[in-house]
Amino acid sequence: MTVDRRGFFKLAGLGALGLAGARSLPVLGNPAPAPSLPGPGPDGGVRWGMVVDLRACLNDEGCRDCIVACDHAHNIPQLPDRKHEVKWIWKDPYEEVFPMQTHEYLEDALHGHPALVFCNHCDNPPCVRVCPTQATWKREDGIVMMDWHRCIGCRYCVAACPYGSRSFNWVDPRSYIETIDPEFPTRTRGVVEKCNFCDERLARNQQPACVSACPHGALTFGNLADPTSTVRLLLKSRYSIRRKPALGTHPEVFYLV
Amino acid sequence: MYDAGKIITGLLVFLVLVTTPVWFNAATHAQARAPQLKLPEGVTACVEPTAEMRASHMDLLNEWRNAAVRSDERFFTMPDGKVYEKSLSLTCLKCHDNKEEFCDRCHNYLAVSPYCWDCHVEPKGGRS
Repeated sequence: MTVDRRGFFKLAGLGALGLAGARSLPVLGNPAPAPSLPGPGPDGGVRWGMVVDLRACLNDEGCRDCIVACDHAHNIPQLPDRKHEVKWIWKDPYEEVFPMQTHEYLEDALHGHPALVFCNHCDNPPCVRVCPTQATWKREDGIVMMDWHRCIGCRYCVAACPYGSRSFNWVDPRSYIETIDPEFPTRTRGVVEKCNFCDERLARNQQPACVSACPHGALTFGNLADPTSTVRLLLKSRYSIRRKPALGTHPEVFYLV
Repeated sequence: MYDAGKIITGLLVFLVLVTTPVWFNAATHAQARAPQLKLPEGVTACVEPTAEMRASHMDLLNEWRNAAVRSDERFFTMPDGKVYEKSLSLTCLKCHDNKEEFCDRCHNYLAVSPYCWDCHVEPKGGRS
């Protein structure tokens, strides 16, 4: 069989198309996991979530009991340089926490007042999608966990999180921890960290440290998959908002306003 | 070869000098001293037999780490019914509370430097 110049180019073009098609097939076959929406979970599933009563929290604006409890429980360093700060749970002004749910005539009770923030343990976590080592992943019960053994410090997750919930250890944190609790590891330089919903306490059937420490009952932790749970009843009876809902991350931390 | 006698003699002297420690040890029947580990008092058994622990405690720790952190399987039951937590800090170090005289002695002897302690906190007993 003889192939002329014209025929050769036709065949080559077809071959190139075929190769490109074959390459794109696995992509079509394995699409990125679709964002799973929070379901009612009648099968008795577990989906941990938190409800923050903003008003109850604002009644005592200077209170830092939950923050202190978390800092102690997780050996969180207190770094003097704000650029190096490591934060698991902290307070930010309402307008910064809910930029999509504010306006210039916002009521005085909220305007400029602090709102408690921590990792939202999103149902569709962008941090998990970008982690190249699966050092962060979403557990069956919805907790966005971190495996510090696996973190390579690339900080993709820090860039991906729209809530600023992740901190990077720019310096060795050990010398900045007041009293080290030997029951919980410290982190090392070059590792990202964030709120873990106290998975180590949940494993012992204990409430998260911040929830136990709150003297005002402003924090409620529970199973969102159970329609009769306290968190679900709270959400059913009162109006609640989530942070930056338009981003489609589906935060599992709700704020009663 | 020029000066073959001198060169060969020199080489022989060099070889003898270099291998002196070997001859010396062979003559005096000296043996390498194994590291002396301080075992925890009042405890007779670890979670696995001693030989097993000595050879593959690092594999066991890796398994525990993955099970506890990634699969949330934190507890295991021994054949005698005792329940332990899969935790370096909360289980291993409760008995082996002296890192310097237990972990470090062997690790230094073998010139390995595991990075467990970059994050996990050594018990107070190990600090002088």
